[in-house]
Amino acid sequence: MTTQVTTPVAATAHGPAAKQIPSPRSRRGASARRQLAILPFLLPALLLFGGLVLVPILLAIYTSLFKWNGFGGLPTNFVGLDNFVRLLGDEVFTGDLSRGLVLVLLSVLVQLPVALGLALLLNQQLRFRGLYRLIFFAPYVLSEVITGVLFTMVLSPNGGLVNKILAVFGVSGQTWLADPGRALLTLFFVVSWKYFGFHMILLLAGRQDIPPELDEAGMMDGASSWEIFRHITLPLLGPTIRISVFLSIIGAIQLFDMVWVLTGGGPIHSSETMAVTMFQYGFRRYEVGYASAISVAMFLISMVFALLYQRYVLRRDIEGAVTKAGAMP
Amino acid sequence: MSRRERSPLQALPLHAICVIVGLSIVVPVLFGVLGAFKDNGQLVTNPFGLPSPWVTENYSEILGSLGFWQPLGNSLLIAVATTVLVVLASAMAAFVFARFAFRGRELLFTLFTIGLMFPFAVAILPLYILLRQLGLLDNPLGVILPQAAFGLPVTITILRGFFRTIPADVEEAALLDGCSPFGFFWHILLPMARPALATVSVLAVVASWNNFLLPLVVFNDATWWTLPLGVTQFQGQYAADIARILAYVVLAMVPALALYVVAERQLIGGLTAGATKG
Repeated sequence: MTTQVTTPVAATAHGPAAKQIPSPRSRRGASARRQLAILPFLLPALLLFGGLVLVPILLAIYTSLFKWNGFGGLPTNFVGLDNFVRLLGDEVFTGDLSRGLVLVLLSVLVQLPVALGLALLLNQQLRFRGLYRLIFFAPYVLSEVITGVLFTMVLSPNGGLVNKILAVFGVSGQTWLADPGRALLTLFFVVSWKYFGFHMILLLAGRQDIPPELDEAGMMDGASSWEIFRHITLPLLGPTIRISVFLSIIGAIQLFDMVWVLTGGGPIHSSETMAVTMFQYGFRRYEVGYASAISVAMFLISMVFALLYQRYVLRRDIEGAVTKAGAMP
Repeated sequence: MSRRERSPLQALPLHAICVIVGLSIVVPVLFGVLGAFKDNGQLVTNPFGLPSPWVTENYSEILGSLGFWQPLGNSLLIAVATTVLVVLASAMAAFVFARFAFRGRELLFTLFTIGLMFPFAVAILPLYILLRQLGLLDNPLGVILPQAAFGLPVTITILRGFFRTIPADVEEAALLDGCSPFGFFWHILLPMARPALATVSVLAVVASWNNFLLPLVVFNDATWWTLPLGVTQFQGQYAADIARILAYVVLAMVPALALYVVAERQLIGGLTAGATKG
């Protein structure tokens, strides 16, 4: 990068603008004075980010090396990596990992295709499509807590809407959230109810970025709708699909609110996630050292995943993303 | 658009799909809205029909109690304070990242963008310990400051993208007229960036409004509870009174849905920009 040049970064100043500048000397003085503004402008963001994002991460790494109930100043009972060893043998935690994997697979195999299908549908010339889009995306603005509380009642075994509907078809007495074999799947459906519209909107924006000339060219060459989808739309939607998958995975790693409200992680841990396990140990059972180790594990998992994903999956998209940046205010 | 117009008959299956998906969204919400106009007996005997008679106590009692208005006010105050703080701090930082050259700029910017893929839940426990040390528990700042900090990455990313589109000539002209960098930032750049500021503000408001985990651990005392905490508390308190809980849930939905209807463009624009640029 430019190390010595002190002109503004954005100084793609072309001829005319450059000519107006009076003398090189005063210009350099102004530039030097301008550089003095960097620190004051960055300071608030640096303080906030450093103090409340970076420090907590370091603090979690530190406290994860102790056996600590969370009370008193800082922990003293140093146990090295014991908490992490315990973590690997903890069936709830390893269960969290496999349940997380199930949630990710379900969202990639079920939620993503549905979102993609609806995005393509809403990209058609269709009456009311603005209304459809408005409704499909609406659950995204409701908080997970409100969605969760609403669905505990929609799914409640006795007066709940779902069972009342099923009763019309002669199916009765189903339990959704209290059945260990079903809780995770039910959780997935409620999470998807809230989030599919978000993925749909992303994919719709991606679809609208594909120039219509390409479809027309395909049509002129006699390609069928399926061939156009398979060979034009799908490859060009690749970057958006990869981002959508990325966000699903990061979302699954930190899923907390919805689980907490719907099932609390139960019954018998059948719908528990890493964040819920961490919360239980940290805020209910006062095993803060161990809970910190879970936090650190979550951090490492999301970090390693994000870096690998950026490196190997998103890499070929970065060029497009950079050139597109700024196009959308 | 030279796309083929569909005949109404061809479009029918497409509408059918949209209506089915739309119903799966609207029906649970409608179940809540209408259910809260019933009493619990009606909810069991008459789950699908309109309420008869219409029971308004569930709504009116909540609307007449502090247990709804106080969390609503708290949520509003915290959302506004968070938004002002994060947008201002981010705009200043984004200005530097977009328009100044200095050693380490890209490294620093990357550090901020790493926060984009950083789940909030990861930091909640150490954040709690830190806030306790700082005496910020049961203090709105204990929620506002961390929310602003975690909102920085996406806000900075979007604003930096926008600031880059403003031609350098504009700034050079301002500097020649004797404008200081701060003067340029405040009097020229921010007013020009109004659409982008609206977008990031909507994102920040929604994120703050829906936050649950942080207020849950920071606010022990009910005085500062936000709406999501109010909802869970109310649910715990009236466990068996489904109609009453539905009324609270429905009322708690109204502000978010109202904001959505007003600011749909900003919200969707911001989310797509945030996701594709991050």
